[in-house]
Amino acid sequence: MSVDQNTVRHIARLARIAVREDELPALAGELNTILDWVEQLGEVDTKDIEPMTSAVAMSMKMRDDVVTTGNLQKEVTANAPGAEDGFYVVPKVVE
Amino acid sequence: MQNREPRKEDLIKGATGDWEIVLGLEVHAQVTSKSKLFSGASTEFGAEPNTQVSLVDAAMPGMLPVINRYCVEQAVKTGLGLKAQINLRSVFDRKNYFYPDLPQGYQISQFKNPIVGEGVVLLDMPGGRTVTVGIERLHLEQDAGKSLHDQSPTMSHVDLNRSGVALMEIVSKPDMRSAEEARAYVTKLRTILRYLGTCDGNMEEGSLRADVNVSVRRPGGPLGTRCEMTNVNSIRFIGQAIEYEARRQIEILEEGGKIAQETRLFDPKDGETRSMRSKEEAHDYRYFPDPDLLPLVLAQADVDRIAASLPELPDEKKARLMSDYALSAYDATVLVGEKATADYYEAVVKDGSKTRDPKLAANWVTVELFGMLNREGHSIETSPVSAKQLAELVDLISDGTISGRIAKQIFDSMYKTGRSASEIVEKDGLRQVTDSGAIEAAIDAVMAANPDKVEQAKAKPALAAWFVGQVMKSTSGKANPQVVNEILARKLGLSSEG
Repeated sequence: MSVDQNTVRHIARLARIAVREDELPALAGELNTILDWVEQLGEVDTKDIEPMTSAVAMSMKMRDDVVTTGNLQKEVTANAPGAEDGFYVVPKVVE
Repeated sequence: MQNREPRKEDLIKGATGDWEIVLGLEVHAQVTSKSKLFSGASTEFGAEPNTQVSLVDAAMPGMLPVINRYCVEQAVKTGLGLKAQINLRSVFDRKNYFYPDLPQGYQISQFKNPIVGEGVVLLDMPGGRTVTVGIERLHLEQDAGKSLHDQSPTMSHVDLNRSGVALMEIVSKPDMRSAEEARAYVTKLRTILRYLGTCDGNMEEGSLRADVNVSVRRPGGPLGTRCEMTNVNSIRFIGQAIEYEARRQIEILEEGGKIAQETRLFDPKDGETRSMRSKEEAHDYRYFPDPDLLPLVLAQADVDRIAASLPELPDEKKARLMSDYALSAYDATVLVGEKATADYYEAVVKDGSKTRDPKLAANWVTVELFGMLNREGHSIETSPVSAKQLAELVDLISDGTISGRIAKQIFDSMYKTGRSASEIVEKDGLRQVTDSGAIEAAIDAVMAANPDKVEQAKAKPALAAWFVGQVMKSTSGKANPQVVNEILARKLGLSSEG
């Protein structure tokens, strides 16, 4: 598997990472090196091995259905670039 | 199901021939939980903006999601209600996209391994027709926040109270063939969810929302390209969106064009759908397993425990009402539409070991009571006439104390004053007159006042009905109509024993 410059431009856009045109060739090269390495892993036979989902074998912890937090309007909007009347305010997004 | 025989009445006539609509629905049902899927913030509707947002919901760095056990159980319960396979191991994935109402930059959802697999929903269509709609899957996911665009000309306002609330996304197979079937599907799904108590089904508050996938094809032919109408939030709009979208696609195809697979928005104001171009690129969601969450593993014993707690579901209830009370499929379907209605009906019809006339009881519930509730803007839960009170009225009709006609008048009064049926009958003197002497006297009086009509009726028996009407009028509707008919026929010389 390998990626070309168009793919790199596309995934950079999806990830909202600003990449200049002149950076694309180098990035494509680096990504392909990584992908080549990942592909090498495919050579290992993992037929009978369960995928590892956690470093420690444990099942997911669950919590009870209880309200434990809230009324943090000021706190959660404090770092926002814009807030007004308890709302976050962002540049207009309309369909 | 995908290849079921097309029905003529479902086909749409185009300029170049008939077209068949193929529909699949994705329904988002909000789990009725107190707190969110991965945080302890409240899910209560209508709170001040951003007051029900935890640091997890606001995507503060370093915060970790912890799953709500109750929401998991509700998803399992819903799966069982849809006769679906429960997957003891499921996985949460990140669905990545950027939007201001999604602070994490991804939605926690389930992609490859959902908690519930294939199931089935049966639709009761008019004329006794049943349509089987396959369920593809049900998965748990987080809801997004809400954006308001009308507060300012240049800015959008974002409220994250809904962000992180647990949703069950229920995906159907493309098994529906008309707007009518799609409406019936959402109605039935809503009924099942309400019976189970896993979702309140409130479409106005957004607890139940549907994305509708629409494509058209030549009857029975290969599937066409589909378009998705998102967030259609009423059963009526679902029908409208489908009708409009199918016609739009047919028009394009008949002019030799191609359908572009896209997401479209239904605008209830003009009844049209339009493209949401901004969503095009966003469809590349780059799902991957959420590293913050371990796989969700359930014990079969837990699933069995939930299965044992399931209430009687609408299909089973309908079958039981039909077999226990010999009700028609139509009456049974109407009665099981809401659990509260079915409960009310059963409280009317059954009283310990005593069973009242089931058809009479069904008519009183579905015709008289429903009619009144609709006119007065009440629901079955807020009905001023209790099941016990209605049962008393039914008893008075059954034992001949009152006529059906007077019963309606009494019911009106019960509804408006809260008095009991027997009290109204006694105080207002509405007891049915079955005493033939009294009825005969009333008939004699009418005949004596109308000698010309008596002569006409002897020649033309159909005129007897006029006399019945007059007698009922003179007795304020209290005369037993059957007795009136019998005596009148004898007096006019119309009956066999003459």
